[in-house]
Amino acid sequence: MRTIAFALLVVVAPLAFAIDAGTAFDDPELQARYEEIISEVRCLQCQNESLKDSNAFLATDLRREIRRLLSEGKSNAEIYDFLVQRYGEFALYRPRMSGKTLLLWLAPLLLLGAGAVVVIRVVRDRMAMPLEADGEVETDDERQVRVTDRP
Amino acid sequence: MMLRYLLPIAAFAVLIPVFLIGLNRDPSKIPSPYLNKAAPAFELPSLEDPEVTVSSSDYAGEFALVNAWATWCVGCRHEHEVLLTLAERNDVPIYGLNWRDSRADALQWLDQLGNPYVASAYDADGKVGIDWGVYMAPETFLVGPDGTVLHKHLGPLTLEIWERDFVPKINAVRGD
Repeated sequence: MRTIAFALLVVVAPLAFAIDAGTAFDDPELQARYEEIISEVRCLQCQNESLKDSNAFLATDLRREIRRLLSEGKSNAEIYDFLVQRYGEFALYRPRMSGKTLLLWLAPLLLLGAGAVVVIRVVRDRMAMPLEADGEVETDDERQVRVTDRP
Repeated sequence: MMLRYLLPIAAFAVLIPVFLIGLNRDPSKIPSPYLNKAAPAFELPSLEDPEVTVSSSDYAGEFALVNAWATWCVGCRHEHEVLLTLAERNDVPIYGLNWRDSRADALQWLDQLGNPYVASAYDADGKVGIDWGVYMAPETFLVGPDGTVLHKHLGPLTLEIWERDFVPKINAVRGD
């Protein structure tokens, strides 16, 4: 059992370092911020991967730039600004709230609101309807007669 | 009560063009955030001679095409003939940004296929490419005399694209 576990570890451990050899920063706080940023940024060369997942050379270059900015003491917001200035809002998986992206952010709320309006109207219409035309409740037997006697 | 039928039809009529436009747009083509803004400045060693620098001030006050290319880029080979034709016409000087390439390969390419560039900057580590937002070579930027990016084309250039997208932008500025 131990041997198997050890063999598995030997196989799996290098995969953890497939993208960057080792950790980028000695400071665990910087390393955490680095990993957070690179998982929030799209690799432009292979759009469905984050910088963290991508082996494309542009992703390698952008990770290098992010490491440089982090070690220069730049804040996360400044680093996102750096990327958006060059590649546009599309580079971020979570576009920031701005005039251009306002509709994108508000769309779910607007759709929910539109749905709520429809639901309220339907429910109100139904409540306004009388249960039966003459106000009397049909018994099961009466209903049975009405349904089976239908021509 | 008519509203009950008209509303879904109206919503459908609005959605169809939205989807049609969406389907015909290529999501891999990201519009440049530099459009109609100042092009980033750069200063790099020249491809031919590491001692010589090529910089954005070389084309200050005039139109310039900045063409990001590399020898590993298939589309660049496709458009090379077009760049040579444009260079021959001498409309706008073309500056090469050799992006993440090997110097020897790039020089051999220019030697064999012809050199359309008035100057080539050698961006070995891709840093200037990142500054310009380059992500898929070839990319061609049209920079105006005041240093703003007037147009950016992604992918291989053709003479049709040149006439359609670039020439009107140049004429608009020249006409002012």
